[in-house]
Amino acid sequence: MNRQGIRWATRTEPVFATTVTARRTGLVGFLCRRLFPVLLALLLVAPLLTVAAAAQTFPALTGRVVDEAGLLDPTGEAALADKLAAFEAKSSDQVVVVTVPDLQGNAIEDYGYRLGREWGIGQKGEDNGVILLVSRDDRKVRIEVGYGLEGTLTDALASTIIETDILPAFRSGDYPGGIEKGVDGILAVLSGNAAELEARAERNAGWSADDVTTGLFLTLFVGIWIVVIGTFVFAGLARFRGKKVGKNKYRWLGTTWSYGGASGSSGSGGSSGGFGGSGGGGFSGGGGSFGGGGSSGSW
Amino acid sequence: MASATKPRPTPYDMLARVAAVFIAGFFLAGCGVNAIPTKEEAAKAAWAQVENQYQRRSDLIPNLIETVKGFAKQEREVLTAVVEARAKATQTRIDASQLTDPAAVQNFQAAQDQLSGTLSRLLATVEAYPDLKSNQNFLALQSQLEGTENRIAVARRDYIEAVRDYNTELKTIPGSWYAALFYSDAKPMESFTATPGSQTPPKVDFGQ
Repeated sequence: MNRQGIRWATRTEPVFATTVTARRTGLVGFLCRRLFPVLLALLLVAPLLTVAAAAQTFPALTGRVVDEAGLLDPTGEAALADKLAAFEAKSSDQVVVVTVPDLQGNAIEDYGYRLGREWGIGQKGEDNGVILLVSRDDRKVRIEVGYGLEGTLTDALASTIIETDILPAFRSGDYPGGIEKGVDGILAVLSGNAAELEARAERNAGWSADDVTTGLFLTLFVGIWIVVIGTFVFAGLARFRGKKVGKNKYRWLGTTWSYGGASGSSGSGGSSGGFGGSGGGGFSGGGGSFGGGGSSGSW
Repeated sequence: MASATKPRPTPYDMLARVAAVFIAGFFLAGCGVNAIPTKEEAAKAAWAQVENQYQRRSDLIPNLIETVKGFAKQEREVLTAVVEARAKATQTRIDASQLTDPAAVQNFQAAQDQLSGTLSRLLATVEAYPDLKSNQNFLALQSQLEGTENRIAVARRDYIEAVRDYNTELKTIPGSWYAALFYSDAKPMESFTATPGSQTPPKVDFGQ
């Protein structure tokens, strides 16, 4: 045991010395000191740049009613938003009304599903989002239906709502009326199947059992690894950093670390993890996705 | 230094080695050694969605044919063309392992394009039958067909994007090294080529 300890000491000393000189004079040290901050800064800034570039084409999701084209009056807009919020509280379905001045040259079908994905309307995994999209200058309207609602709000029903509720009002210039009737039609269809609606609402009420299990598992897993890796790192460091207190025994950070078979023992592991809380206040999409379901019309 | 006085490995050394292997695995995963199979699976899933949507269109056709027959029996030529194209399209299937074969993908695409072509011809013919055009059943089918064409377009775009992502991973630096080391059987997948008519769903005019 004692011999081993001595050999270790002689073996490690030169290595330690070379690292010290390298840090002082060598190329590696220079690179670390000069380049590392630059790389770190790039890493931090790059995601911000890409986010800014990607978000250009779509309006910001400011609420359940995004009236970029100015087709609604403020009181009507607030009433509509309240109605949609109440419906989401009841069913977990996210229905959003968007009016835009124009589609920037895109087809409304193309714009609609990409907007839905960008905003993530609907609950994640459930994909129960609906967007009523109106483009003022293109004179086009579309009901974009998320994957999860395609079976309830079918293309045929969406088409019927557009043809009978929305377009007649739009043709006579009554945009608020058309939008309101359209929303009423969408909500009526979605609430049509009461049992299915309730089941959907229940599935999305707060955290599901699955989320909790995954969270606990991750916390445990990460925690154990931190303990294991941390113990090795600290055990290794204790030899150089600690004070020698006996044969193969070093004292560091209030713990005695011994080498050569005997258990090092002790060491505390931090555990991290926890759940991402949902931000209170404003409205945001639940992470749902869209695959081109729904129907369009023009007036 | 290595020969005679080689120290007996202590439990600490062994543990350190095991940990090193685990940590190395962890870092390799962080460096994207799993990116190739992950992206391959993503592309295959996107393909399944493409097939699924084409299948959905296929399923709508018998109903459509029946409805049109009720009003426009004399349009036999167009109707049989649609039925034949549908039969051919349902026969031409590819499974996910054939996606690396350009001929198979082109074959599939040709069969589906043929069906798209005959379908638009059928919908154009219908214009001459006002009773059919205002038939409730036909209108519902028409909106379903339109929605399905749109879903096909979305699924195709998602597939093209997934394949682009996978192929790029195979050809660019860390990915191509990993491919050479671990995934020697990974081959680039075949994407769709845009053909006129298949990207834009047939426009349906509601007769204003």
